[in-house]
Amino acid sequence: MSEDKKSNWSRRDLLKGIAGVPIVGSVWWAGASKGVNNTQARDSILKTLNINASPPPPSGPMAGDPIKIGIIGFGIRGPQLCRALGFGQKSWLASMAEAAKKNPKDTRLSSFLEQEHLNVHITAICDLFDVRAQDAIDSFSTDEVKVQRFGTHQELVESDVVDAVIIATPDHWHAPIAIAALQAGKHVYVEKPMTHNIKETYALKDVVEASNVVFQVGHQHRQTQSFLTAQDVVKKNILGHVSLIQANTNRNDDNGAWQYPIHEKANPNTIDWKQFIGNAPMVPFNPEHFFRWRKWWAYGSGLSGDLMSHDYDRVNCILKMGIPSSVVASGGIYTHKDGRNVPDVMQVNMEFPDFSTGSSQAAGKEKGMTMVYSATLGNQYGRTTAFMGHDATMEVGNSLTIYADGKSTKFKEKIVSEEMDPNVPIYQYDPASGSVDGVTSATAKYFADKGLLWTYRDGKRVDSTHLHVREWLSCIRNGGTPSCNIKEGFEEAMTSHMGGLSYKLGRRIDWDQAKQEIVQVEGYDLDEALLEDKEKIV
Amino acid sequence: MTTDINLSQTGRNSLVLLRILIGWHFLYEGVLKLYNPAWTSKAYLSSAELLTPLFQWLSGDGMIHLVDNLNIFSLMVVGLSLLLGYFERVGSIFGICLLVMYYLAHPALPGASQAGTEGSYWIINKNLIEAAALFVLYQMPTGTYFGLQSLKKNLLNPKTK
Repeated sequence: MSEDKKSNWSRRDLLKGIAGVPIVGSVWWAGASKGVNNTQARDSILKTLNINASPPPPSGPMAGDPIKIGIIGFGIRGPQLCRALGFGQKSWLASMAEAAKKNPKDTRLSSFLEQEHLNVHITAICDLFDVRAQDAIDSFSTDEVKVQRFGTHQELVESDVVDAVIIATPDHWHAPIAIAALQAGKHVYVEKPMTHNIKETYALKDVVEASNVVFQVGHQHRQTQSFLTAQDVVKKNILGHVSLIQANTNRNDDNGAWQYPIHEKANPNTIDWKQFIGNAPMVPFNPEHFFRWRKWWAYGSGLSGDLMSHDYDRVNCILKMGIPSSVVASGGIYTHKDGRNVPDVMQVNMEFPDFSTGSSQAAGKEKGMTMVYSATLGNQYGRTTAFMGHDATMEVGNSLTIYADGKSTKFKEKIVSEEMDPNVPIYQYDPASGSVDGVTSATAKYFADKGLLWTYRDGKRVDSTHLHVREWLSCIRNGGTPSCNIKEGFEEAMTSHMGGLSYKLGRRIDWDQAKQEIVQVEGYDLDEALLEDKEKIV
Repeated sequence: MTTDINLSQTGRNSLVLLRILIGWHFLYEGVLKLYNPAWTSKAYLSSAELLTPLFQWLSGDGMIHLVDNLNIFSLMVVGLSLLLGYFERVGSIFGICLLVMYYLAHPALPGASQAGTEGSYWIINKNLIEAAALFVLYQMPTGTYFGLQSLKKNLLNPKTK
């Protein structure tokens, strides 16, 4: 620098020295304004919506003598329900320990070990396959409690070694076993669908209503936090008039298409075939029917009873809309032409013309709703469950997201003022945002996304089946009515049967609300049609 | 702190520009988070793909509040130091540490999911490039030329005709 320039340093260098200060001020102002605006907009929307996402109080205490549980059916769901009770098979515990070692994000074992102790003993097992029954005995017997095997469910439910039973058999055995257990004075937890045909739905309802024991149907999503939050959303009429609900099944693997492995030791000597058949038509021993029973109407309930029952109850637990006035279904066997007679693609439209979720519009626009269940076992694109209202759309799974509708009446001002953007969620409840979930298969992901596998309490992942079983046990110990009792089970079963019948008969099936029955279709015995192969129905 | 590398005026001005741009970015990120109490790094950290146990621990209930506050504080300190040209080498080191942590949580490695990022990256992403730019600023500070550091220097060593 020249001597002349040096003489000017003080003013120029002062400016160069403090030039950053106004930039700091500007950036600070911009950041603070944006941050404050974001916060104010968020607070304003939340205040408008006033949604309560706090978890419910836990069901009552588990104190007292241990409840003695008998497990009937120990195939796939049976062991899962035992884990919900706090009992893991030895083989499962070993494989989970291995999985956790390989992948630290896999928290299935730690979640299981952290599960609350429910103060129950598994005292009895009834499974028609020797290997499975022995597995339960070996895994759950302790020095204190030896698990006893019973050859028939009748002997088990009449035994003094059980206070309560969990039924996880093929669908055609749900009602007969539940009825026998209730008549023997045992508390019952039965898997979905509650029944396999119409006649036994009424029979089971009568027996439950005449009994004084506790009855729960296995729709565990009723414990999922997002569904409880969704109930509050509907109660506060945030969605306005819901005219359409879409719920879906998309699965694209063997497990999802019920193509389960067949055990190498399966043979007529290790499986009680005659008892498995029960009230289904007798056929020669066929291990595929035993292990993959969901593929046949004689033992299972197809997409309508097996998977739509979940989706229907997911919606019914939020809206309490009951049985649809009519159902139209269609579908076919398009991918898995492997001898099954249940469809692998199915659409079921359920009509609720008099149902209302509330309205923000002029009178006359508040009633009527269709629920569309759409399923394929040949694609696993994740379609969401959406409640589509005049004012907002709510997507519900393990998380819950609400979008304001661009043409909403209720939110018109906020949309015009751009406080709400129809393309950006106005509310999001994602309990998993703070933790990582280990999902190990496409089918597991399907169930997890629907909120059927786990939920969250106090930031911790909890098996929703554990909470559902806990609720049942709490009602046994402390009184009360479980969330999926006979009314809810009756609605789920009848709706599923209407879906199956409509598919079979290729016509609309109506529900008579006054008589509480499916309207007879001339020329058909509906129960026979429900269990028969579609192609054989004339 | 001195500029000990012979640079043309254009070169020095370029470094000052780089310093201001990065400082601007850091300060804005920090202030925005400071005024938005709902913000948290929990999801970013808990979904980390590398050094998972470390990031899971940092995102745990006992740590996340401290981690979030430290993050906001560090972002602002880096931003202020670079914009004002004061202790910019310390700021650069802080900034490099932050960016490397961000990178390690979600590295642009083949096979790693890069959810939530715009653009396409292979090994090198914007976090790494910004960290490298901060390393340049650390090597070639310009605060004595443009910033409070120059004011301090001139006040302590007044020039005379």
